Amino acid sequence: MSTAQTVELETVAIRFAGDSGDGMQLTGTQFTETSALLGNDVATFPDFPAEIRAPAGSLAGVSGFQLNFSSHEIYTHGDAPDVLVAMNPAALRVNIGDLKPDGILIANTYAFTDKNLEKAGFEKNPLEDGTLQMFRVFPVDITSMTLEAIREIGLNQKAAVRCKNFLALGLVYWMYNRPLQHTIDWIEKKFRAKVPDIADANLAALKAGYHYGETAEIFTHNYVVPKAKLEPGRYRGINGNHALGLGLLAAAELSGLELFLGSYPITPASDLLHFLAAQKHLGAKTFQAEDEIAAVCAAIGAAYAGGLAVTSTSGPGIALKAEAIALAVMTELPLIVCDIQRGGPSTGLPTKTEQADLLQVLYGRNGECPVPVVAAATPGDCFFVAIEAARIALRHMVPVVILSDGYLANGAEPWKIPDVSAIEPIHTEFRTDPEGFLPYARDENLARPWAVPGTPGLEHRLGGLEKEHLTGNVSYDPANHQFMTELRAEKVARVAQHIPPTEVHGPASGDVLVVAWGGTYGAVRSAVDHLIAHDRAVAHVHLRHLNPLPDDLGEIMGRFERVVVPELNMGQLAMILRARYLIEIRSICKVQGKPFKEAELIRDISAELEHAR
Amino acid sequence: MTRYPDLPPTDASALSAKDFKTDQDVRWCPGCGDYSILAQVQRTLPTLGIPREDFVFISGIGCSSRFPYYMNTYGMHTIHGRAPALASGIQCLRPNLNTWVITGDGDSLSIGTNHLMHALRRNVNLKIILFNNRIYGLTKGQYSPTSEVGKKTKSTPYGSLDHPFNPIAVALGAEASFVARSIDVDAKHMKAMIQRAAAHEGTALIEVFQNCNIFNDGAFAFISDRRERPKTSLVLEHGQPMRFGKKKEYGIAIGPDMKPRVVDAEAHGVENLLVHDEGNPTIAYLLSQLSHPDFPTPIGVFRDIQRPVYDRMLQAQVDDARARKPGRSVQDLIESVHVWEVR
Repeated sequence: MSTAQTVELETVAIRFAGDSGDGMQLTGTQFTETSALLGNDVATFPDFPAEIRAPAGSLAGVSGFQLNFSSHEIYTHGDAPDVLVAMNPAALRVNIGDLKPDGILIANTYAFTDKNLEKAGFEKNPLEDGTLQMFRVFPVDITSMTLEAIREIGLNQKAAVRCKNFLALGLVYWMYNRPLQHTIDWIEKKFRAKVPDIADANLAALKAGYHYGETAEIFTHNYVVPKAKLEPGRYRGINGNHALGLGLLAAAELSGLELFLGSYPITPASDLLHFLAAQKHLGAKTFQAEDEIAAVCAAIGAAYAGGLAVTSTSGPGIALKAEAIALAVMTELPLIVCDIQRGGPSTGLPTKTEQADLLQVLYGRNGECPVPVVAAATPGDCFFVAIEAARIALRHMVPVVILSDGYLANGAEPWKIPDVSAIEPIHTEFRTDPEGFLPYARDENLARPWAVPGTPGLEHRLGGLEKEHLTGNVSYDPANHQFMTELRAEKVARVAQHIPPTEVHGPASGDVLVVAWGGTYGAVRSAVDHLIAHDRAVAHVHLRHLNPLPDDLGEIMGRFERVVVPELNMGQLAMILRARYLIEIRSICKVQGKPFKEAELIRDISAELEHAR
Repeated sequence: MTRYPDLPPTDASALSAKDFKTDQDVRWCPGCGDYSILAQVQRTLPTLGIPREDFVFISGIGCSSRFPYYMNTYGMHTIHGRAPALASGIQCLRPNLNTWVITGDGDSLSIGTNHLMHALRRNVNLKIILFNNRIYGLTKGQYSPTSEVGKKTKSTPYGSLDHPFNPIAVALGAEASFVARSIDVDAKHMKAMIQRAAAHEGTALIEVFQNCNIFNDGAFAFISDRRERPKTSLVLEHGQPMRFGKKKEYGIAIGPDMKPRVVDAEAHGVENLLVHDEGNPTIAYLLSQLSHPDFPTPIGVFRDIQRPVYDRMLQAQVDDARARKPGRSVQDLIESVHVWEVR
């Protein structure tokens, strides 16, 4: 039996790293789910290369998955891991710089061959040359142990080696006192029927890892992280793209409309297409178009035909869709455009996160072409933002952009299950009465009537040419163009009438107000809470509505000495706030393809606090 | 399939051409071939037995794309080249509608070729009328992707270098299920082609030779001229030997080298002439390669086959999935993964 002592910890961050074919995403996901089931709060950060299978052992091919689990509420995946599992020298090289001093390194010695060391740029084996002495290093021959554990099952060498991630997972399960059952169930469900050998091998490897930790006596401690005090209720795990998909389905149900998604595969948005394509039993129609332009155009067609029309993409796709989004603005059709942002410009960093599409979605079209823009704060928030976007699109007859990002899309968290029946229905009405019908007449929200093909007596023509007020006929009249331009702007401005009062987290006034948006929520909230706990006069406003901005924002910002805007871009929201409110805005910018670290924000906001005094 | 919103259809039998005319002034140049196509469409739709509210006309950009403004149906004048994509979305959401795409050679064979080909290969239930005038008219006279090599225009003062697209061959390459050709001046033939296209299940493409009397006048004079036409055109009839000429004195035959040649019908023997078969892709492609002056230019239906229709299959997938998992809600889906309770 184990002689290791058990130590209680509050929060632990673990990073699994290996080749992109080593199954690190799967390993991390299993640990996450098991921890969530144990009652921890969990946040994750999958970080993988754009290459599907870069050359084995290369630095380019390193795939990582970090998860943070805790006995209290957490908002981020953790700045620096406490534990790094490195399946080869390249994974060590790429990730060791992030490991906390005195952190635990588990290295798969089998992969530390001369050839792999050379590929990773090591002249000597770092496990042996003393360069890692600031860490607690545990060299474990994970691969050989795996081969030994599953030898009797008789898999070929290649298939056998692939089981090694389960051995690593089993070992880490032992270290943190996690039960194996969730992963055992998962393996049974995934492999038993189709490939029983693989099921047996993975189970054997998982258990061998666990037993190794228990019996090998090289680990002097193991750890428990007690349950977190989460808000009572029923929970499930969720990532941003699935939450977005569920939110769109809920919006269709709440509005009584058929959901139509026109999309073209693009990282990191494709999962939304995959998810909705599997929900045909809920009436979702998905259309994988020939390109980004066809995807949005098909969605506009579906909007004209009376559907809840959606198109999903990332930054490069938004650029291609610009002309069509403008057509939806001109024809005043409800359309939801999901932009799962990634690093740019051009192809940029497809698998990395960034918030640099804000100006593109606000202004990247010809002519005066305003659209409402909303942004999700957390993976689970994508659900509610999708419903809000649908509400705006249908209430005002306008295309709406949802901004998510790669971090939210792939990041997972425990999610308190919402009661869809308790959400306010989305009122929609098709025009059916031909009496006095004018395609461009308006209601109090300046929305025009939605008259769909198939309705007798409401035959009318739309188009991209400027429309005459009320009749919708083509018009080149100078005064009409001015009027319609102002009207389209006013229509978007009136969305603000429906935005609830802005929540200020922290003191109502003080030295520094941090105004943030999108997927930086977790890091900003953690940093601000840390500073508030240290008696600093700082507060946090997290914007969901980026266009129009909430009516009360200017007044709130005026109550603070300084306004600081942290963004994963070069200061896009900051620019908008300066232009709109004519006040000084301090910008904290990061474009490294990675989310903010809590410590970075504490440092930079602290600096602003110093200046504010 | 349900109507949406759920309203009783109007009486289609009472419709006439004037029911499809709008109050908008038609703004094409006097003498433009577009007028006659518009007139034939307005005359043909009332014969189809379809309520007016179920017709949708979608166009891209170009002279021909003004068409929806003149049709008293549902319609949209969209953006350059994208009409087939937008129309596909309409038809996918509502397969019971009757969606038509109006496009030109620049719109559908230059900026929008991609969408045309993909609509054809998917076999979405769309009727596409491609106005081919072999010129850019709305932008005032540049060569188009169907202009002949060497064409001198504002953008090609030394003559164009591009090998032109053959719209029929492009459509056949995309394995379109219905491909036809007609001529703007032959009202009777065009009406027949529109009726055939309307009756077809799936994507139907009609190329119409359309004269632009301002920038490319006479591009199709060889076939537009009523007296020349019997000699310069081959009227395709399914199951019939290919004959042409004023007295059907010529025919098309295939030699042992598999090449088509013009023969004297009687001397060669009518039974030895090539017989048109709308279901045979080899014949369709062979016909797409025949053109004046070496051969008569074929008009009529090149190809008409049945294959599964995309929007109907999509609806069937949804209906089938619903039947397998009846009565499910989004709440059920949310809770379909592992759920745990925090107390």
